[in-house]
Amino acid sequence: MLAQLAQQTESFVRPAIDWHAVAPELTLLAVGALVTLLDIVFLERGRRFTSAVAAVGLLITMVPIVTLALDGNDRSLFSGAFVVDNYALVMKALFVLSAYVVVLLSANYVAEGDYWENEYYGLVLSSVLGMVLMASARDLITVFVALELLSIPAYMLASWRKRDLKSNEAGIKYYLMGVFASAILLYGMSLLYGSAGSTLLTDINSAVGASGAPSAVVVLGIVFVVVGFGFKVSAVPFHTWAPDTYEGAPTPVTAFLSVASKAAGFVALMNLLFVGFVERGDIYEPLLWVLAALSMTVGNLIALRQTNIVRMLAYSGVAQAGYMLAPLAVASSVPDTALSATVTYLVIYAAMNLGAFVVVMAVARKTRSAEISSFNGLFSYAPGLAVAMSLFLFALAGIPPFGGWFAKFRVMEAVIEAETTSGLVLGVVVAVNSVIALYYYARIGLGMWANDAPDGDLTPVRLPFSLASALILTGGVTLVFGVLPQLVGDLTQVSLLSGIGG
Amino acid sequence: MLLNQFLLLAAALFCIGVYGVLVRRSAMLVLMSIELILNAVNINLVAFGALTDDVGGSVFALFTIAVAAAEVGIGLAIVLLMYRNRRSIDLAQVDLLKG
Repeated sequence: MLAQLAQQTESFVRPAIDWHAVAPELTLLAVGALVTLLDIVFLERGRRFTSAVAAVGLLITMVPIVTLALDGNDRSLFSGAFVVDNYALVMKALFVLSAYVVVLLSANYVAEGDYWENEYYGLVLSSVLGMVLMASARDLITVFVALELLSIPAYMLASWRKRDLKSNEAGIKYYLMGVFASAILLYGMSLLYGSAGSTLLTDINSAVGASGAPSAVVVLGIVFVVVGFGFKVSAVPFHTWAPDTYEGAPTPVTAFLSVASKAAGFVALMNLLFVGFVERGDIYEPLLWVLAALSMTVGNLIALRQTNIVRMLAYSGVAQAGYMLAPLAVASSVPDTALSATVTYLVIYAAMNLGAFVVVMAVARKTRSAEISSFNGLFSYAPGLAVAMSLFLFALAGIPPFGGWFAKFRVMEAVIEAETTSGLVLGVVVAVNSVIALYYYARIGLGMWANDAPDGDLTPVRLPFSLASALILTGGVTLVFGVLPQLVGDLTQVSLLSGIGG
Repeated sequence: MLLNQFLLLAAALFCIGVYGVLVRRSAMLVLMSIELILNAVNINLVAFGALTDDVGGSVFALFTIAVAAAEVGIGLAIVLLMYRNRRSIDLAQVDLLKG
């Protein structure tokens, strides 16, 4: 077979490349290389401007994404392995903008911790490159390479504080669970490849097909793929790494992992599920149903008894992943509604969860603590931050008019529209869990507004410019999406199913 | 072609690997167990590729090998970091974070 391959290389012709379609990836690659180069040339003196270069580079990356969106044509490259459609563009914009907020968060944090800073931004950018690539990946190899490109830098970022035992622990737990998950996922992918004889997801879709009982290879392939992504999106029972990694990693990295990395896991799962085997609902729906219900319930119940706010946000993130999985558990009966519900949830979740992390970091600058009790009396000395935190918490709980309610509304709509008993039961589970979640979100809110500040310390919190702009950005988006849900509704009326092939 | 033999070999390697990840306490042995799973994947990919006479399987296997090397490089660095700080790579002792 290799001899055959060697013969083919003589007549090798480079496939036509649509440079506009790959422009976001190329821009990110160039900025990442530039940051690394600046580090090599200027060493310590480069510190002053690397974060600015990374931030500006991310904003420049938005330009080709916007021009591609205005152009509006679906583009398909490399015989369908790389597709640019509305869905891919929405997710790319989400990744780039959340990375921008993360860079704003990191600007002071990494420098004040006195860590070598330049590689940090290089790693963030290469991780974002993997995510942006993932949004377009419609081929097993592309999905796998994108997944590793986004995960490997994230392992290093989680263990960024070299001499801190907790950060080491966060890194090793994240690494081992992440690599184990990739290996299981890869095993599933190899079985799917075997059943289709092609790595293209569209070919897998036609081979795996709808009619008749699936072969054992297909069942195992789909189960392993879903389980592998279950680890990546921290769904119960594969969530054990998430709280430990989130607590031990530097807080900006935690924000990055809990928003961008989780969204990337969902994007990969949705690519495979909707393009690769959407008609095999008989295999993946029960599995996703259990994952969704368990994630919501277990995540919320454990979050109730947390005393550390980062851990609480980690468990709340596990529960939120459950809400996002819920529409996917009815994906075969209402594919378009389910896809759009999960995308809507991802977009709104990114804004509100990043916002909550901005406030946590701002408060920790003064209190040097991540305990929930350190938020007591926040309103008396930092009313702006207290209002912002209440906004994000109520958004996470799903109370109108803040962003989150619309996300939950779309999830409910999808599970009810499916008109199956299991879908309706899942809707009830979502509703019950929203009530449980309200308790721990409201508890922090109550502490901020009603309790006294610890030790009567009322010195105001000094908010650096970068944190303030991150706060305005995330708060504005959360509020706008809540008040004008039609905006995000338009944004996420996307269809992966019609955008495939080409 | 004797496809089943290859698939059974891969499945056996996969099971040994998963067992190793779940049971072993040394970070190094866990890493080696993960390598076993990845090699099971490679056997699967090459066997399926040869069966359908499609180069995609071999290409995928090459990608897996390259990415696995990068992954292990990072993994060894993190394990080394842990060894420097703790003088041990026993995963059972890594329990500062819990709750």
